[in-house]
Amino acid sequence: MKNFEYVRPVSVADAIAAASLPGAVYLAAGTNLLDLMKGSVSRPDRLVDVTRLPLLDRIEPLADGGIRIGALVRNADLAHDMAFVKAYPAVAEALLSGASAQLRNAATVAGNLLQRPRCAYFHDVASACNRREPGSGCDARHGENRLHAVLGWSDACIATHPSDFCVPLVALDAVVEIEGKSGRREVRLEDLHRLPGSMPERETVLDPCDLIVAVKLPAAARNFSGHARYLKVRERTSYAFAVVSAAACLSIARGKIAEARVALGGVAAKPWRAREAEKLLAGAAPDAENFQRAAKAALADAKPSGNNEFKIELAQRIVLRALTIAAAGTPARIPALPASPFSTSPGALHDA
Amino acid sequence: MSYSINLIVNGVRREIALSDPRVTLLDLLREQLDLTGTKKGCDRGQCGACTILVNGRRINSCLALAVSHDGADITTIEGVARGDELHPLQAAFIAHDGFQCGFCTPGQIMSALGLINEGQAGCDAERIREGMSGNLCRCGAYAGITEAVLDVQKSLTEAEERRVA
Repeated sequence: MKNFEYVRPVSVADAIAAASLPGAVYLAAGTNLLDLMKGSVSRPDRLVDVTRLPLLDRIEPLADGGIRIGALVRNADLAHDMAFVKAYPAVAEALLSGASAQLRNAATVAGNLLQRPRCAYFHDVASACNRREPGSGCDARHGENRLHAVLGWSDACIATHPSDFCVPLVALDAVVEIEGKSGRREVRLEDLHRLPGSMPERETVLDPCDLIVAVKLPAAARNFSGHARYLKVRERTSYAFAVVSAAACLSIARGKIAEARVALGGVAAKPWRAREAEKLLAGAAPDAENFQRAAKAALADAKPSGNNEFKIELAQRIVLRALTIAAAGTPARIPALPASPFSTSPGALHDA
Repeated sequence: MSYSINLIVNGVRREIALSDPRVTLLDLLREQLDLTGTKKGCDRGQCGACTILVNGRRINSCLALAVSHDGADITTIEGVARGDELHPLQAAFIAHDGFQCGFCTPGQIMSALGLINEGQAGCDAERIREGMSGNLCRCGAYAGITEAVLDVQKSLTEAEERRVA
């Protein structure tokens, strides 16, 4: 690991000033950053430790009925906050389906949003990667790419965004609160991550010294609490990134879907909101036929970026199944295997 | 530049000089404090062998910079037994053959301690397996590990029921 200067500011303003120098990056838990630094994928000159900044570790109700989650709230603390789980069960289920208990205890809310792609070529410094080294090429394009993107990719980059947390958040219209050189601003989570286009190295709309201080969910996000699920296919039962995942949130009144929210994970360089699917579902009956049409619509623009055509069919099936289990109702308790289509107990239903 | 931090390690206050900001809690424990019970497996947060408790919560010590943890209260595998008396989890791992080579065992036991503290899994074997998924065992002693954790959790639950009754 390359050496670096370590600074630990005590205010947001000091942190932004400290991060203004070239080569500076923010450090929170470091569960992703340190891993990248050990592999020389990330080589910062200066770490600005934000873990001691005040007031960023709170989960606060907002006057308008929404909720504000501080950037430093640990993934596990949010996933086990009783009031949060009740209001936003799909978000809690997504959190609990990600990483391991050890990592969830450390990793922060903002760190989860800003985690880097898990593409093996991004992590291997001997490979060409436009995201890591602009202009060097993309070895994934004709390499081992069965887990890569099927939506929104470009010839420059086919990596996916690995977060589970972001998928239901984007479905529920989450907003990111950012402090920067010119003060505070808000960006919709859906607009935070950029699609690769010709500049995959620009992963987000953030400037280098911008600091995410909170994530907010609007009051309307609570309307789906009775029918909200996250479903995630992995290559092993637990502790793995999504091959494909989906958040499905429905509000159902008098036998019809009043409003639907659908988003996909593991398919693109950003959490993917499926608005066409949502439109088809609004006003429709919550039945298999309508869910099937919505699932097809969600993947209508998908195309394989390599040896991954199977992900398109798989993603449709996961959307269909996520909608089906969401319609059946949010379980009283998050299943033993959160978001899993499988059970490790023979004969047991995964959400029994 | 050197950095000075204070830690409580297994109940003992330690004032520590770090010659380098790159030192992880794992390397600090093993190389500087001679607490080699905590194992370095992958060193990348994938295997769980380095699991310790920081302020009562289990984390991967390989992905934690020591300099960022000034003031933390740390428990390692060396801190769980009372003298010659094994911690119930240690005894249960022996009773249930929860290991073969033993390399992952300190991490497994620290993770199980964290799991029990978290209070989310209860006596549900599937929740225990899920809650322990951050700890890999290349010998494949998972069945014994699950039984050991389940055994200790059951005794604790029974003791709690007796206390409340």
